[in-house]
Amino acid sequence: MKVSELAAALDLKYVSGAQAQDREISGCYIGDLLSWVMGRALGGNVWITIMSNINIVAVASLTEAACVLLAENVVPDENVIKKAEMQDVIILSSGKTAYELAVKLYDITK
Amino acid sequence: MLKHYDISGTDFSVAGEASSNFKVVLKKLGISPDIVRRVSIAMYEAEINTVVHGGGGECDAEVLDGCVKIVFKDDGPGIENVELAMQEGYSTASDTVRELGFGAGMGLPNIKKYTDDMKIETQVGVGTKITLIVNL
Ligand SMILES: Nc1ncnc2c1ncn2[C@@H]1O[C@H](COP(=O)(O)OP(=O)(O)O)[C@@H](O)[C@H]1O
Ligand SMILES: [Mg+2]
Repeated sequence: MKVSELAAALDLKYVSGAQAQDREISGCYIGDLLSWVMGRALGGNVWITIMSNINIVAVASLTEAACVLLAENVVPDENVIKKAEMQDVIILSSGKTAYELAVKLYDITK
Repeated sequence: MLKHYDISGTDFSVAGEASSNFKVVLKKLGISPDIVRRVSIAMYEAEINTVVHGGGGECDAEVLDGCVKIVFKDDGPGIENVELAMQEGYSTASDTVRELGFGAGMGLPNIKKYTDDMKIETQVGVGTKITLIVNL
């Protein structure tokens, strides 16, 4: 499944990286502690988090996550969005909780 | 091929620049994606530690014949008990650092996980030097 299909199915907003929406997704990781994410997330994962500071861009890029999915209407600062655009990191946002997003993601990918 | 980076200890917003830059270098050299990913994550953890614990320092990253070798050096407080610091969950990070999403005490364990060899040379009150090796 592509990020664009995920975004449409879960009604997600693009915060950054819309130009890379053809990227394929595989699996999901949920977490807010960055070292935890770097130790466990796999390439291609949808990374669901409520962490929105500048370091999420590097972590998403280094782990090669397909996209960052910000839950519960978390909004990153402008400098985070700028950096994400520079590094081709897709950030999506939703008003739903991480749990609700994960359940829906499971439903559409199972 | 050697790259040298100065690591600021005060500007948290540029923490990770060295790792991001070196990742691009490795990719351009055609090194396999799995190795690039392991090197980048381990390097990023070491870079963050140099910023938030070591108060900044410097880094030399190079691609040698059979491996990638990365060295971070700082003149920070040093590590009193390396064995303890290596344990998952052990952290002395401040609240500010935790708010940034770090301080889970998983950095050194991650470095161990993603490298083939790591060495920590440290002295309390003098500083820390950490060497990471990932075989090609
Ligand atoms: N360069 C360093 N200088 C001083 N102390 C360090 C350094 N790197 C690591 N440490 C110590 O080792 C601990 C564990 O490091 P790490 O596993 O990366 O966890 P974290 O960074 O989340 O605290 C740190 O909390 C700190 O006490
Ligand atoms: Mg650390």
